[in-house]
Amino acid sequence: MTMSDIPSPSQGHASAPHLTLADVVPAVPRPLVDVVGLVAGIAWLAVVAAALALEDVGDWPRTPTFAAAAGLVAATFIVLAIGSRWLGAASRWLDRAALWLIVLGLFFTLWQLASAKLGWLPLPFFPPPQALLEVYLDDFPRLGVSILASVKLQLWGYSIGAVAGFLTGVSIGWSQRAAYWVHPVLRFIGPLPAGAWLPIAFFAFPSSWSAGIFLIALATGFPVTVLTWSGILSVNPAYYDVARTLGARSRFLVLKVAIPAALPHVFVGLFMALGTSFSVLVVAELLGVKAGLGFYMQAAQGWGDYANLYAALLVLALLCSGAVSLLFAARDRFLSWQKDLVTW
Amino acid sequence: MVTAAIQTPEAPRVTGASLDIEDVSHGFELDGSVLEVLDDVSLHVAPGEFVALLGPSGCGKSTLLRLIAGLEPPTRGKLSEAGRPIAGPNPSRVVVFQDPTLFPWRTVRRNVAVGPEAQGTLKQSQQRIDEALALVGLTKFAKAYPHQLSGGMAQRVALARALVNDPDVLILDEPLGKLDSLTRITMQAELVSLWRREGFTAILVTHDVEEALFLANRVVVFSDRPARVKADIPVDLPYPRHRGDPRLAELRRQVLGLLGLDADW
Repeated sequence: MTMSDIPSPSQGHASAPHLTLADVVPAVPRPLVDVVGLVAGIAWLAVVAAALALEDVGDWPRTPTFAAAAGLVAATFIVLAIGSRWLGAASRWLDRAALWLIVLGLFFTLWQLASAKLGWLPLPFFPPPQALLEVYLDDFPRLGVSILASVKLQLWGYSIGAVAGFLTGVSIGWSQRAAYWVHPVLRFIGPLPAGAWLPIAFFAFPSSWSAGIFLIALATGFPVTVLTWSGILSVNPAYYDVARTLGARSRFLVLKVAIPAALPHVFVGLFMALGTSFSVLVVAELLGVKAGLGFYMQAAQGWGDYANLYAALLVLALLCSGAVSLLFAARDRFLSWQKDLVTW
Repeated sequence: MVTAAIQTPEAPRVTGASLDIEDVSHGFELDGSVLEVLDDVSLHVAPGEFVALLGPSGCGKSTLLRLIAGLEPPTRGKLSEAGRPIAGPNPSRVVVFQDPTLFPWRTVRRNVAVGPEAQGTLKQSQQRIDEALALVGLTKFAKAYPHQLSGGMAQRVALARALVNDPDVLILDEPLGKLDSLTRITMQAELVSLWRREGFTAILVTHDVEEALFLANRVVVFSDRPARVKADIPVDLPYPRHRGDPRLAELRRQVLGLLGLDADW
């Protein structure tokens, strides 16, 4: 992610080869102790205290484990804060993230008190954090299988949809004949929400798995097609003139002029498609596919295992965010020639 | 090859091709009616000649360049290069446009390499590409991206991208039109020395009378649209020329008169 690549003023003289302000102005020594980082450590000690000081109102065997984990986090922050002069990158990270870490510590403390200790939040709908930890530690085999199933389904569907959408977009952007045949179909079927295909997909395909792939590919393909197409159409025609006078034939014009010029649009399409494909993934798993995080959540809700529901939701959030990060990293690599990229 | 040229800068060799434009007329269809742009234009350019085309804005000079480049076929008439009819674009006739139109996703060096790459001669052209970059003084910027360049530098890259193909005819469509006046003066001098060194035939469209007279052997003045050749003025002054030369001033007055601007001068 590009956020971390931007040198903050404090690390400017370490990374930039030329003179920066830090070289000209006498360096202010880093404070002996990172005070805000220390506060973050203390906030996390509060999480430990809240978990251990009072009796649980329910049966949560993982309370001590949770307290130990929070203690480890607190200890790490305190060490990094005290050793900020010597511990380099990790301490700088703490320095930047400290405010968020404080808020998170307070949030966990409050959550702990409100659910496990004081019973303010109604059970079983709002389980305490140790219940989620329990799911991760004790139900991991089942959860892990679900994660794998979801990732696999998403990867297949998204890849097929992205490749098909890209190829369709390039074809109709380049060839009048392809546009004549594909454009009406695209206009008619494209805007239809992929979810509308659900009932048909589940009996038309041999398995719910292949139906899921179809739906995700469909949801991915439409935005990628449209954006690739518009990218190809908006290529500056002077690029073609230049390439043609330099001896380029149509193969070169498509592969080395039209496609690279259209790539910024293609990535917008891929990004939009990622969002829609996630929602189709979850809907497909909630309603038909007998595996994956959506299915896991559906089952958890049926059994009243709300901790499992939240645990799966959290994993899903991490997966989706991770996928967007990956896409942005790929874009940063492919479009490094553009200036002013939006960072994720 | 450039290296040979660099070693003997005093002896310009003629490698350029002749251009024959015979009775060429051209029009565009616009809202159902035909807009005549060129009217029976004939022009013969000798190998290695530097010809400047001058005329009122929008008179069709750039269209003539597109026809010479082979980007469009003429409605009527014949164009040929070294006796062979022009049927389409060919790297022996390279255009430098008013906008550098570099590919922003390619580094400077890979932009210069577009011609050899498109012609399938990339492998054997590596040295030639470096020489072209050196020729325009941008060796140090080989790895830069176009958005990191100034307007003058970008136009130099466009020039290197053209010269790397060893063109017989260099077609210049107001290549300096958008540069600031100081860069422009520098680039005019560079253009003259490149032309003298490489010996290609150059055909330049410009709005700048002084530029035309400073650079060219011949200045062809066009009428208003549809463009017709109004005058063909030889500029037989030796190179390098000096901007303060009184004979240039005299020619300038004559050309401005042809363009109907002598009263404003």
